[in-house]
Amino acid sequence: MADADVIRLNGAEKHFGAANVEVVRLDGAEKYFGAVRALAGVDFHVVSGECVGLVGHNGAGKSTLMHMVAGTLTPDAGTIGVHGNAEAHYSVSRAQQLGIRCVFQELSLCPNLSVAENTRINHAALSGFGWRRRAADLISAKLDEIFPDHGISAWDIVGDLSIGRRQMVEVARAFTVTRDRLDLVILDEPTSSLDAHTAGQLLAFVRRFVAGGGSCILISHVLGEVLRNADRIVVMRDGKVVASDAAGAFDRDRLVTVMGGTEARERTAAQAAAAKPGASPLRVRARPAGQADGKDLVACAGEIIGLAGLAGHGQTDLLLRIFDAAARAKAGIEVTAPVALVAGDRQSDGIFPQWSIAQNIGIRSLARLRNGLLISPRREAELATLWQKKIGIRTPDMDNNIFSLSGGNQQKALFARALGSDAEIVLMDDPMRGVDIGTKLEVYDLVREEAAKGRTFLWYTTETEELDNCDHIYVFKNGRIVANLTRDELTEEKIIQSSFGDAA
Amino acid sequence: MSAPIDNGFKGSAARNAAARARLLRGLLPALSLALVLAAIAWLNPRAISYFGFSLMLNLAIPIALATIAQMFVIAGNELDLSIGTFVGFVGCVTATWLKDAPLIGVAILAGSIGIYALLGALIHLRNLPSIVVTLGMSFVWQGLAILVLPKPGGKAPDWLLAIMSFKPPLIPFPIIAALLIAAVVHFGLMRTSYGAILRGSGGNPAALRRAGWSLLKTKIVLFALAGLFGVLSGMALIGITTSADANIGNGYTLLAIAGVILGGGEFVGGRVSPIGAVIGALTLALAASPLLTFMHIPPDWQVAANGAILIIVLAARVLISRRER
Amino acid sequence: MASLKTLLARPWIWSFVGALLVWLATIAFTGGYGAGGMVTAALSLAVFTVIVGVGQMFVITLGPGNVDLSLPANIGLASAVAMKVMGGSDAMIVVGLLAALACGAAIGAINYLLIWALRIPPIIATLSASFIIQSVDISYGRGLQIKPPPGFADFTNWQVLGIPVLAILTVLFTIGAAIALQRMIYGRSVLAIGQNIRAAWLAGVNVGRIRFLTYTLSGALGGIDGALLAGYFRGANVDIGNEYLLASIAVVVIGGTSVAGGKANVPGVWGAALFLVLLLTMLNTFGVSAGVRLLLTGLIIVGVITAAGGEKTVR
Repeated sequence: MADADVIRLNGAEKHFGAANVEVVRLDGAEKYFGAVRALAGVDFHVVSGECVGLVGHNGAGKSTLMHMVAGTLTPDAGTIGVHGNAEAHYSVSRAQQLGIRCVFQELSLCPNLSVAENTRINHAALSGFGWRRRAADLISAKLDEIFPDHGISAWDIVGDLSIGRRQMVEVARAFTVTRDRLDLVILDEPTSSLDAHTAGQLLAFVRRFVAGGGSCILISHVLGEVLRNADRIVVMRDGKVVASDAAGAFDRDRLVTVMGGTEARERTAAQAAAAKPGASPLRVRARPAGQADGKDLVACAGEIIGLAGLAGHGQTDLLLRIFDAAARAKAGIEVTAPVALVAGDRQSDGIFPQWSIAQNIGIRSLARLRNGLLISPRREAELATLWQKKIGIRTPDMDNNIFSLSGGNQQKALFARALGSDAEIVLMDDPMRGVDIGTKLEVYDLVREEAAKGRTFLWYTTETEELDNCDHIYVFKNGRIVANLTRDELTEEKIIQSSFGDAA
Repeated sequence: MSAPIDNGFKGSAARNAAARARLLRGLLPALSLALVLAAIAWLNPRAISYFGFSLMLNLAIPIALATIAQMFVIAGNELDLSIGTFVGFVGCVTATWLKDAPLIGVAILAGSIGIYALLGALIHLRNLPSIVVTLGMSFVWQGLAILVLPKPGGKAPDWLLAIMSFKPPLIPFPIIAALLIAAVVHFGLMRTSYGAILRGSGGNPAALRRAGWSLLKTKIVLFALAGLFGVLSGMALIGITTSADANIGNGYTLLAIAGVILGGGEFVGGRVSPIGAVIGALTLALAASPLLTFMHIPPDWQVAANGAILIIVLAARVLISRRER
Repeated sequence: MASLKTLLARPWIWSFVGALLVWLATIAFTGGYGAGGMVTAALSLAVFTVIVGVGQMFVITLGPGNVDLSLPANIGLASAVAMKVMGGSDAMIVVGLLAALACGAAIGAINYLLIWALRIPPIIATLSASFIIQSVDISYGRGLQIKPPPGFADFTNWQVLGIPVLAILTVLFTIGAAIALQRMIYGRSVLAIGQNIRAAWLAGVNVGRIRFLTYTLSGALGGIDGALLAGYFRGANVDIGNEYLLASIAVVVIGGTSVAGGKANVPGVWGAALFLVLLLTMLNTFGVSAGVRLLLTGLIIVGVITAAGGEKTVR
């Protein structure tokens, strides 16, 4: 059955005369995180001597798929085969034995060890007499091969290196070989911290590696990189593969279209805009730290302001700076009303795991819940019940632990915390990450309703359709505002064009 | 969470600065030791002599060994609040069983290292806070010490006395011992291939597990090493004091923590330095009494000097780290 | 009703059950002799552990790494300050108590200052501070053999119907602490910080101020405790606080407070303190040696924490 698929392949084997062997193949892979379907039955394969470009929006399912190939996640349904054999008990160490390596976005180097010592961690064979020399030679040779003039010493402590150099070490380490074979390297945004010169060196090396019979999966948001270097491009959207074709069959516009979807989205929020008063009081004026051209983010009462662009390009930073500026004055940021924040990363930024739903909602409003010196349990319960009704938190009892709720309902509780407070400005840090569509629609309505009452929302989102709810959208790139769109100018293509714009 | 767009070449200046700051931080322990020595030399030149050092650094050996023990635990992001009473327990066993029935004595000490290893396993498997477990163990060791030696007394084995009163030519024994301890542990932890894994387990445990290493094993090894050096510390202590007392090591818990931190170690992240730890222990041993005696500062303020030195060194470290950014 | 069931579900109940069992075992051994006196003695001694235990509890609840190691030195110094200010005169009792309170609070404030300014872990900050405090105490208290004023000594030993008045006052204080923990902004903020310091900041909690208040509170309680100990044992002493380093941490942990932070338990501190004191009494009654006593105490602490299991620390 594997052979049939190889024959169906196109593009890749055009470069090579020999028949290419399948390195890894997933059939019907599905993955759920709680109620959210991250992967909806994906078929995916890589053959030897092929560089597969994998593109898609944030949350399209690329990372989940790659974690499965690397063995760090197991699919809820579907099968994995490596080198033509079905793998029933696939794991990270099994993947390593079979020659599959992965360079994850989050770095997996020990900052307290040297470059050579970090190399040793991935190679059990580097031990015994003279191991430090051998490890240093191994990693130095690979660094020299990939990044000539890299300027990294094998004895540098990783914690002292810049992010870019750490990424170079991480990439080079993935290509070092001692005992185990090396067939496939997954590169997840390998160039995100590299400048154009080093990124070019890396991609040239990838081409050489592939020409020598190795395989690569290249995930990148820089579409030009993928178009120029991949043999075949797989496009994902909403947990599915929506296109897979030879790289030559794509151009930039086609990729953007396939990634974003072409069907017209209904503009649910359009009618709400008309009701807005012309001149409302200023609530926030903020300038990103790295903004040299004097562009400000401006938000007035009753406005919903969208912060768009790729994940991690300075949107959260700006929100946090605005949040901080509400407590004590900060240069370049003007905030004129109390602020509350709705966290996107619930576990690390939002939830208090020991507490009930009601307590989790009340924490932002403790001063108002007091009766004299003491917090009134009655008022706390009233606040919780009010918002349970208003935002539809599905639970029999608001005194239950917060973790008794589903992810979406936990997120609603965080919305209730912010909206139930005295804050006139609500900052939203991509709060709909991993939330089901039903919850989303309910929250969208509530946000518009609250904005109509005069509240200001600053809404960072990685999901483009959410921007339809906004009056005004700022697109971020590399920590700066690069575009400033009104709702009427807003199209998905425009946002993708500005945020994917390749650096000249 | 910002996108650090870093130019590989612009980064080299920053990296050099970081390396320089690290070097400076690494020299800080040595610098503070030099400062204390200079002060002693200035106050009492006669102290800087073979005999003076033998006397002043006498107790530095057990302190250095206890500090190394604590350092192994800290390397794995844990903390041992029981090392002091453990040293006391070992001292009591050394002054009794090890002298009277050497085989049983050795078995007891080996068994106590085994208990340390078990503690490491327990802490890892049950995900327990090491502070509380070792706090409880500090009672256990103290209780056992009193059971072994209800009243101060006992006597060190003769061979141990002979070792500890060894008078090599030219260089006083405590200095040789300190150099030896530092060299051996430095080689073991900083130069061997498994030493890198041990330190990595404190630096990025998740990455280590992803690469297929057992974190249970690293924790057991680190705790067993702590037990081993605790045993050596207790034996060295009794070799100097000749007799034991169940409370003899109580002060070592805090001294050992202070020594590790003074020597450039950090509580989390696997950043420790054996050489620094030994230097930190020497600094504390010197600053504690000889320096202050020479300064005609009443013995009352000797403990304060330890605290002040800790605070000053940590403040210096903060200043250096500030310059780093 | 299911009230018994809900009662048993509360973690602090077990420390009281333990205390009761130990007490029963002891009076079974003595044949009922001295049962009441034992309770009185246990209450009098437990008071001192409870007072510092509550301070330590708030500190530990701030989250991993937070602990006040300066309590013993603090207690020692405050006891000397209190006795000196009182100067053996009944008229100065209140002033002396206030002086001890201020001394302790100042130490707590300095602790937080070190943590904040040097950005060092609380363990090492409170440790360095305690070295210095200890020296100040030794130097200040040298030759200071001042007895407490008779009125103060009597007050700390005063009993009504076999119940120490100090214990009654301490019960009132702990009720206040429990209310502060659950029903006041301060306590809620401490719990929030302990569960997730970043989330607490993002939920509008003034993290710096709450941490400062908590270390100051712990210091102030240490100060008061020192004065009371000096009254009860009729004299200040450098070593008077030594056993309270381990004891304060032990009662917090046995009492059901999470070392990972964010979950505190005030009644449990009482239960654990009574348990530890009664355990000592029991072992003394059994004629067990000091060694076995310590050994069992240690094994019980390790056993309790192992049985309770480690919670996953929040980040």
